[in-house]
Amino acid sequence: MADFLDVRDLSVGFVTENGTARVLDHVSFSMRQGEIMGLVGESGCGKTTLARAILGVLPDNAEIGSGTMGFDGADLLARDTSDLRGRLITFIPQDPFGSFSPLFTVGDQIGELMRWKSPERMPGERRYAASRRRADHARVLAALRDVQLPDAERLLRKYPHELSGGQRQRVMIAMALLPEPKLVIADEPTTALDVTIQAQILKLLRRLASERNASVLFTTHDLGTAWEICDRVTVMYAGQEAETAEVGDFFARPRHPYTGMLLASLPTQGAALRGIPGDVPSPFTPPPGCRFHPRCPRATELCRQTHNETAEPAPGHHVRCHHPQVWPAS
Amino acid sequence: MKTFRRLLRDRALVIGVTLVTLLVLAAIFAAPLSNFPSHVTGFDPSQRLKPPGETFWLGTDRMGADIYSRLLFGARLTILISVTATAVAVLIGVPIGLLAGYYERWFSDLLMRVSDVFLAVPQIVLAIAIAQTLGPAIQNVILALSATYWPFWARLVYAETRSLRNEVFIEAAVAMGASPLRIMVLHVVPSIASSIIVRTTIGMGATILAAASLGFLGLGAPPPTPEWGRMIAESREFLPQAWWYATAPGIAILLVVMGFNLLGDGLRDVLDPRIRRGS
Amino acid sequence: MRLLVLALRRCLWMPPTLLGLTLIVFTVSHIIPADPARVLAGENAPIEQVEALRRKFGLDKPLPQQFVSYVADVVQGNMGVSLYTQRPVADDLVERLPATFELALFAMGLAILLGLPLGVVSALMRNSVLDHAVRLVTIAGLATAAFWLAILLQLLFSMELNLTPVQGRIDGWGPDPITGFYTVDALIRGDVDTFFSALRYLALPMMTLAIPAMATIVRFTRAGVLNVMSSNFVFYQAAMGLPRRVVIWKYILRSALIGTLTQIGLVFGNLLAGAVVVETVYSWPGLGTYAYNSILQSDYNAIMGFTLFTGSVFIAMNLLVDIAQAVLDPRGR
Repeated sequence: MADFLDVRDLSVGFVTENGTARVLDHVSFSMRQGEIMGLVGESGCGKTTLARAILGVLPDNAEIGSGTMGFDGADLLARDTSDLRGRLITFIPQDPFGSFSPLFTVGDQIGELMRWKSPERMPGERRYAASRRRADHARVLAALRDVQLPDAERLLRKYPHELSGGQRQRVMIAMALLPEPKLVIADEPTTALDVTIQAQILKLLRRLASERNASVLFTTHDLGTAWEICDRVTVMYAGQEAETAEVGDFFARPRHPYTGMLLASLPTQGAALRGIPGDVPSPFTPPPGCRFHPRCPRATELCRQTHNETAEPAPGHHVRCHHPQVWPAS
Repeated sequence: MKTFRRLLRDRALVIGVTLVTLLVLAAIFAAPLSNFPSHVTGFDPSQRLKPPGETFWLGTDRMGADIYSRLLFGARLTILISVTATAVAVLIGVPIGLLAGYYERWFSDLLMRVSDVFLAVPQIVLAIAIAQTLGPAIQNVILALSATYWPFWARLVYAETRSLRNEVFIEAAVAMGASPLRIMVLHVVPSIASSIIVRTTIGMGATILAAASLGFLGLGAPPPTPEWGRMIAESREFLPQAWWYATAPGIAILLVVMGFNLLGDGLRDVLDPRIRRGS
Repeated sequence: MRLLVLALRRCLWMPPTLLGLTLIVFTVSHIIPADPARVLAGENAPIEQVEALRRKFGLDKPLPQQFVSYVADVVQGNMGVSLYTQRPVADDLVERLPATFELALFAMGLAILLGLPLGVVSALMRNSVLDHAVRLVTIAGLATAAFWLAILLQLLFSMELNLTPVQGRIDGWGPDPITGFYTVDALIRGDVDTFFSALRYLALPMMTLAIPAMATIVRFTRAGVLNVMSSNFVFYQAAMGLPRRVVIWKYILRSALIGTLTQIGLVFGNLLAGAVVVETVYSWPGLGTYAYNSILQSDYNAIMGFTLFTGSVFIAMNLLVDIAQAVLDPRGR
């Protein structure tokens, strides 16, 4: 199956007055059409930077050291991707409240999006014709119904601060799907929400995406969330992708030591809490070789010195480790 | 050392510090630095309205006094008036703001309403009324300025104290049984100190301009006090011929106020890490 | 309808504030001086005159009673009689108000017209040569004494270059008053010559007042735009590929303008304060020169009247700005 999003060997650094932070280190990563990929990792592991790199909205002080990014045949690094953004690749932010302008109604802002990114828009269009406006409006109402927001007309007239957190995120999901994208990048979409609503939102997103055969790249620090809705999971550590696998295989047969310790640290009834000793390395002075080696129980000289390449010990299961866990073939 | 070097890189801060230091030095060493120290009160009618030259570096005024020397002694006055007025305003305003902000009683509202009235009116307007009532003297200028300026600090401290009251560390101190006075002095004040320092520095600039305006209007100390604003007022009738007469004190005011403003801006960048300015 | 209620509620703050102002002025004029009657009569007046004034103005009555009658007077528009013009101070002030207002409004208009775009562009082109130049000029602009700037401009443009008149408001008589604004009245009457003449006289005072105001506006707008540029919704709009110019001129600008609006009240206040000295330099026949002349004459009633009047105008203006802000920002409703 052709990879529809293909990131190879991507390195990104942020130039600051304290030096360059090497936030992504030769990351390779791919997605297939129609799948939901979870990008899991602690704060600072680079998952958000990777998402932004794919979107093409890295900050000004970002430096792309190496790598390529292919999306559906197009080279994302070669040119300005603002025509793709919001149309074929859309975004669901972590903060639904702050992502709206407080001075315009919800309807105005969705309308703005449709003005520029509606699937009805023809290239080279000069004016926003009334007919297209009407068609777009119908689409918006349908989309709001899909995300289970009743009384859509009334909602459109409200200001963002008049909505609840859950409502705002539903609107965000609607906005992400209205342009009929092929890839939706969701940056920790449920972190800011109440626990009770999180599951609802996630399931909604999953259903809508699969109905439209859209892929979703979904960053989170919460393994449980990944388990809920993802088809495949990639875990990242300190700017490197540690392991990628289909979700069942990932949780049942983790191969990277970090993944193993991460899963083991999930609280279980009756057992003592287990953490991972040590600290995340600073991106300014990353350890040589494999970045996890200072905390890894299986680390050897090889790990300390040689850059870790990606291996595929089982079909579809990639690990970036010199000594991945071995599982008996089943 | 590293902080110091970073400080030096902020050009604005460096310029501000330089200008303010120059002002202070000019004030302290006015006597040895000036060419005609006697011209503060004395004068020489034969030399009146001479353009800048070898003897009189910045020219002479209508009484024949050396403008350069009078400027230097005027620096003393400027510092005296602005520092004292600001200090008094701060000493009145900060405690009032603390009290009003810390307690949530009837007087909090009252104090802030009073402050609002003062703040609702341009400072100079009230200052004129007060200065006129009290008569032309330096201490009256200081009084007028501090009386109209304290509400500014009261409001500032009130707002900051109010928002701090909800902070956990204050609640902790209260829970431990610390007295309100102790909390205010040992906890609140250090937290808002940087804000006060920054505003005070910038406030100095505003005070100097206000004092100069009062001097210009004739409400400051009577002649022959070398007050910069008054000097500019005096120069008016001799324009356009004696251009130096108006220009010199004006530039002095400009440099000094600019110095304080830059210093205040620079201090804000250094002291308040939350605010990230464009750089 | 909701807006009307909102406006009315804000209006409720006015009377107490005005009362507070009156109390302050009363304190300054009646309580601070050792002998208010003496101050009123003047330093050199004979003792009988002082006593006569004391009885005439009820200055021998107990203070609270004095205050009550003072407030009663003020509310009816009676601020005493000017020692100099021998007319009611209130009449003097009302007569001179249009001149100051015309000047202030033109200056404010100029400051906003130039200051807003400069602030926006300066922020968008942060750290460019233009940005640094703008910042330098604003820093200097905020440090200049208004009266000094007035004198300098007068020196340069009027005296040396002869481009503008040195002083005054108009050649000869102004147009027959309808609004009291020479420019507007001239236009209404179709008198183009007078209109341009009025503009020529307005030019320098307007510029003098506008420069510090512009500096403040540029600074605040610049800071506001920079602040908004780093907000999450701007990021979201960029992430969704909305055209940059729409994001900037429609969304960023609107947010930044709201912030600037809150400062407009402050800026206008400083502008009016500057008007006192600037009018003096240009002999502009407004409230400022009135105050100045009153100071020179030790015309006590006039000065207190000026303080009360200007203060009230100010308070009213702050109210308008408050209401405008509430109208424009949906979050406040």
